[in-house]
Amino acid sequence: MATTKKDPVLVILQLTGANDYLNTIVPYTNGLYWDNRPKVNIPEDLVVPIDDELAFRSDMDSFKGLYDQGKLAIINGIGFENSPRSHFRAMDIWHTCEPDKIGIDGWVAKVIRDLDPGGENVLKGVNFGQGLPRAMTMRGVSVTSVNHLATYGVFSSVRSSEQERAQLLDSFARMYAPAIGTGPTMEYLGQTGLDALKGADIIKVAPELYSSTVEYGNTAISTALKDVAQVHLAGLGTQVFYTSYGPFDTHFNQSGSHAKLWIDVSEAVDGFFADLREHDAGENVVMMVFSEFGRRVRDNGTGTDHGAAGVAFAIGDRVKGGMYGAYPSLKPEDLTQGDLAPSYDFRGFYSTLVDKWLGLDPVPIVGGQFEQMAFV
Amino acid sequence: MPYREDIALMAHLMRRAGFGEPRGDLDARVAKGYEAVVEELLHPEDQPAINDELMYRIFPGYEGALGPPINQADWVFRMVNTKRPLEEKMALFWHQLFATSNAKVDNPPELTRQIAMFREHGLGSYRNLLVELAKSPAMIFWLDNHGNHDGAINENWGRELLELFSMGVGNYSEDDIKNAARAFTGWSIAPKIPRNPLGRFFWKFEYKPEDHDDEEKTFLGNTGNLNGEDIMGIIVDQPASPRFLARHLYRFFVADEPQVSAWNTTPPNDPEAIEILVEAYSESQGDIRSILRVLFNSEFFKNSGFARVKSPAELIVGTVRMAGNYDGFKPGFNNLALECGWQGQELLNPPSVEGWQTGSAWIDAGALMRRVNFAAGVLGDISLPGVRAIIGRVRDQGNTTPQGLVAACLDAMGPLEVGDETLRELLTHALKGGELAWNTDEEISASENRVGKMLTLIAASRDYQFA
Repeated sequence: MATTKKDPVLVILQLTGANDYLNTIVPYTNGLYWDNRPKVNIPEDLVVPIDDELAFRSDMDSFKGLYDQGKLAIINGIGFENSPRSHFRAMDIWHTCEPDKIGIDGWVAKVIRDLDPGGENVLKGVNFGQGLPRAMTMRGVSVTSVNHLATYGVFSSVRSSEQERAQLLDSFARMYAPAIGTGPTMEYLGQTGLDALKGADIIKVAPELYSSTVEYGNTAISTALKDVAQVHLAGLGTQVFYTSYGPFDTHFNQSGSHAKLWIDVSEAVDGFFADLREHDAGENVVMMVFSEFGRRVRDNGTGTDHGAAGVAFAIGDRVKGGMYGAYPSLKPEDLTQGDLAPSYDFRGFYSTLVDKWLGLDPVPIVGGQFEQMAFV
Repeated sequence: MPYREDIALMAHLMRRAGFGEPRGDLDARVAKGYEAVVEELLHPEDQPAINDELMYRIFPGYEGALGPPINQADWVFRMVNTKRPLEEKMALFWHQLFATSNAKVDNPPELTRQIAMFREHGLGSYRNLLVELAKSPAMIFWLDNHGNHDGAINENWGRELLELFSMGVGNYSEDDIKNAARAFTGWSIAPKIPRNPLGRFFWKFEYKPEDHDDEEKTFLGNTGNLNGEDIMGIIVDQPASPRFLARHLYRFFVADEPQVSAWNTTPPNDPEAIEILVEAYSESQGDIRSILRVLFNSEFFKNSGFARVKSPAELIVGTVRMAGNYDGFKPGFNNLALECGWQGQELLNPPSVEGWQTGSAWIDAGALMRRVNFAAGVLGDISLPGVRAIIGRVRDQGNTTPQGLVAACLDAMGPLEVGDETLRELLTHALKGGELAWNTDEEISASENRVGKMLTLIAASRDYQFA
């Protein structure tokens, strides 16, 4: 009997700009929280308790719903030692798994390489957004980066009639056709151009095949996750999706902006999983949500500055929901330079997903052995 | 026919030594003569600089910009609008060679200052430039030299100086690295002034004599109480240094080379050209301007078409200079800066101290799609001033045949040379539209559209990917 098992799919959602852990999973009964956050806090009537100590902020209601269904794992205290307070450096570390030197190759690119060693499917890894995140870049690994699915393709930037566009595409394909004896760079350009054309050709069926009763929100993250759903539902063999949202860099006037960001994310995630449910296509999907670090314990009056430990999430039908890891102590003596001390290395989180979900050897991907968790 | 070749050669020079020149300006340059134009490029001080005061009045956010893309937009503005193309191109060259990244420095104004230093010193003596580099606060922080102390050295700067900035692997010992590091102890940054309440201050180079190792050191066979300047003096006299610099200049201005990490095991593609540049270095005692004079006047430079893949910055800046849509103080430079990053070259934020991988490493399916869509979108927009000028040239030449259309477009976009295969497909495309006419308003409008589509296709070609 033929197997009906579908390949596992990982959807990565990056919260860019350092999401405030303390105001995401709120230690609402801890006096130190209220001492340190006189201005930038989540008032008691706006938290949704998980237990006697921790609560979701109320505007992330889809996360709460998924948690109650046992489909959402909260990974506490995630980060790494000597966390730099620089967004750029910290994000590079998350992307390359190289905390001690400047890394080049992205961990997601290595995942894609190992999922598709022959590089047969240019859609094995798809990013939705402008340009590629460093996590997905590596010499020799072909991935696809889509700004807007509806308009993706060669000459999408050119104003033209249908007929002109068809003629241009035809000429493009001919211009990039293999030409013997033109030199290795010219030949490589030809192959790459045809790959790009092919990827765009395949992926454009996704919106054509798609129909759904789910109504997504009108935000960039809702659009991106809707695009992810369309490509996933089209069954094009994509196993890693990447997208990001932000900026979560709430130094100033945090309360309003942070709430808006979480309303957007919550709505988008809600729509995405509803869409998968409607099409019975969620069984093989896990979403991971992360940010480069958390924010300073003490607020600065209207916002919060760069911190260290943060929170990550894993979401999906096959995820064993619940709390993982310990919430870092807020006691002054336990803080590192005023920040929550990371208690769990992010490479262990990656390793869990790479090993237990995608079935790959995590060691060469994250650069070593790290403690895994049992959330999947 | 000779004139046509002169024009093509001038276009080549202006693309490589700068970011390209509109076709309409090339005739005057050819009239001056090739060597005279090279000389003009080599003396940017004779041309007006970008007026910083005016620029910062119009773009107040640019001054001391704290984050991308604004600090990058500042630089892209200069690349597009400079009257000193080689000065700006050399700043990009040194940024690639002495790659310093905001990923760690996290201080865009300091990086912007480092680029300004490259503008100021980038055509002078190599030794002097290396000394300035060692004093660059962004570089000190990037390679941890502020943590390099008498009695407790940090080798990071010493190692990269020898390995990546001057000589290349295999030309020095581990002891030389340690002794170079010792010689640079005390080359540090002055205590930082707290940001509050007045905002960010520039970092300041400070030599701390009390933290400098004054003991005897031996570096590459030279013994004495060596200091940083002495190290640079010894480096520039090593036979490996001119060879290393020559290969970098060749790779940036002439033709793609293997990635730098392979240089100690892979010979140069054109050893003779490297020898010529090395000789120019020796004769001028490491004067960059003199080496470039030899390079631009050489036969290997003049015959180097299709030998280099454009970097994203070259592709983007060259394209908008041709289209004329970013001449002067226009909004939108942020988008151009972001586009550089999206195509794989985030300015002021190179992926590592080794700089960007170049040549065909710029190209993958995603990056190529962006390059094609960017250039095709801009040059296919027949409302833009530079595109209108191109259309004007095509029309003025009275071209009505498909062959004439293709030839005139290629001429007006460069002149650009394309391979036979591309030429054949451009012609096939043009033939589908038949003859052009320029009489009635309707005919003119249809012909302008035809020109726009031909520019679109040329901008999307493989050939356009080459510098």
